[in-house]
Amino acid sequence: MSEKGCPLLRAPTGKPQVIIIGGGGTGAALAYDLSLRGAGVTLLERGELTSGTTGRHHGQLHSGARYAVQDTGIGRECMEESEILRRIAPASIEFNGGLFVALTAEDEQFCDTFLPACESCRIPTRLLTAEQALAMEPNLNPRLRLAVQVPDGSMDAWRLALQFFASARQNGADIRRFCEVIGLKLSDGGGAGTRSRVTVVRIRDYRSREDYELEADLVVNATGAWANRIAAMTGIDIAVSPSPGTMVAVKGRLTNMVISRLHPAGDGDIVVPQRNLSIIGSTQWLAEDPDIIDAPARDVEQLLRAAEEMIPAFKDAPFHTAWSTARPLVGQAGGGELRSLSRDFSLIDHRESDGVERFLSIIGGKATTLRAMAEITADRACEQLGIQAACRTAEQPLLPPRSFYRQTAYTPGGDSGPGEGIA
Amino acid sequence: MSRTLITFRVFRCRAEDSASAHFEETKIPVDEAATVLDVLERLHRRDPSLMYRHSCHHGSCGTCACRINGREALACMTRVLDLDTEVVTVEPLRKLPKAGDLAVDFVDFFREYPSDWQTLRRSEGQPGSTPPDGLPDFTRLENCIECGACVSACPVEDFLGPAVLAGLNRERLNRRQNETRLLELAAGDRGVWKCQRALECSRVCPTAVYPARHIQELRKKLEEIERGK
Repeated sequence: MSEKGCPLLRAPTGKPQVIIIGGGGTGAALAYDLSLRGAGVTLLERGELTSGTTGRHHGQLHSGARYAVQDTGIGRECMEESEILRRIAPASIEFNGGLFVALTAEDEQFCDTFLPACESCRIPTRLLTAEQALAMEPNLNPRLRLAVQVPDGSMDAWRLALQFFASARQNGADIRRFCEVIGLKLSDGGGAGTRSRVTVVRIRDYRSREDYELEADLVVNATGAWANRIAAMTGIDIAVSPSPGTMVAVKGRLTNMVISRLHPAGDGDIVVPQRNLSIIGSTQWLAEDPDIIDAPARDVEQLLRAAEEMIPAFKDAPFHTAWSTARPLVGQAGGGELRSLSRDFSLIDHRESDGVERFLSIIGGKATTLRAMAEITADRACEQLGIQAACRTAEQPLLPPRSFYRQTAYTPGGDSGPGEGIA
Repeated sequence: MSRTLITFRVFRCRAEDSASAHFEETKIPVDEAATVLDVLERLHRRDPSLMYRHSCHHGSCGTCACRINGREALACMTRVLDLDTEVVTVEPLRKLPKAGDLAVDFVDFFREYPSDWQTLRRSEGQPGSTPPDGLPDFTRLENCIECGACVSACPVEDFLGPAVLAGLNRERLNRRQNETRLLELAAGDRGVWKCQRALECSRVCPTAVYPARHIQELRKKLEEIERGK
């Protein structure tokens, strides 16, 4: 099976082996979920963890209020998941609430749609006068007419993911950084007859500068905007487009709460504070290559103007930086799109869409809903692997972010499981 | 936007193999918005074997700290043309084991930096602002992003180091109940008395933690305790 000079390995655990491709938020939560349910997990990331889309996101912990009007499903899911994350990962979250601010008569009128929509998503709201809102956030535009308080927050994208990775490692997951998947091998599916199956993943380890192959009982493609590149290794085409958005940070913590414009969701309508920065985002366009994304200068201007309307102090705040990130935009896939809690993300079982067994792709979603995406994916994986265990990721607090480094020592060819020095 | 041709000298090596160390030179045209991280991304597209760390691209995660023209900085926050040199040299942080090329291994760094020290603190907030009902205080993440720049820049060896001592002082102020134990650690053989006040830590810190001030504060506190005995 193995080509010359390219050893074929199998993790020596005796458990059903799952290989997760992609070390973003989804891969992190999935590695944790599957390791809790008793699967053997190896996660492969071509670079540093969260070096794709996850690390560069806006940093908002969504209550769901931003989506409540357009999609009750997403709104409700964000509310539930943000409460869970606040419980299991408080070390990575600045939870100060959020304000939706009305600056015009039109904004004020939108309130009549917004409040009942939040209610149907079970998002608690509190209607505030301009004076009450300014008492909480003195930097708001003094011309504001009213505000609605919602349970939004900020998060540290890198550290939240590290908490999931740390907890996955504690449960034995093998997290391999700087390991790029360069091939997927299909073989006959056995019993099912004509169907093929992904059984071997070919890996280039940039640390050891060696290639090797790893056997798997199931492979999950969690590479988001890069999903089609991985799927193409099996001849499968996935309808996913990189859809970048720009964010701009200024120096200074101009507010403590997340500030959103009280109007239908659009470009540049959310300011997220984080540490000593205030971040306005975001825009959205379509790109060809998720690896080549620059922040366009026109976006920066547009975003800063939108931020100034809500928070005039943005005008004088020193520019920090602008950046973009490629969200994965899920196309309307064919019969293979089997279940999504909302239209925001898709789990594709390639058995149904492409006749390839034991191969799942999970695409899309929000950082706030990473745990739920992982749960749905792990449910499907466990069903195929014959694992009965239920999801437990909402129950226990995650390890703190720094513990990620205390779980293991580096060994060539991959990081080992729990090692010395566990605090 | 006009572009300037810059020569990048990027350190390459295999993990724990100093014989493989060398600089790779590439000439790249850059515009005024380009950061060192943008250039590393371009080099990585040409050669996927280039190992470097990055995540947030806005100075908040701390993964991309490296030495740029001999000085510790975040690659994502360093604009190439601001360096004002025709040749830009990029090297990994010092004092941490090399994982390959520009990537270093943070296991040793975090061996000294306890996982349970708080990541959050009370927000300084805006003057006169009142948190909403149900929130006793506004909270925020600590300034330190644990990037390792100060540790690399510090000239002292066999030392707990500026990041850990700054973290220790913040933890002491956040949780007074642990103060005695924390001060004992700060007063130890590898603690604050080893600092030579080179102040390099505060000079290179990308998030204005000013570790040297925290070390100074700890020394003062320890001296007060000593005098009170």
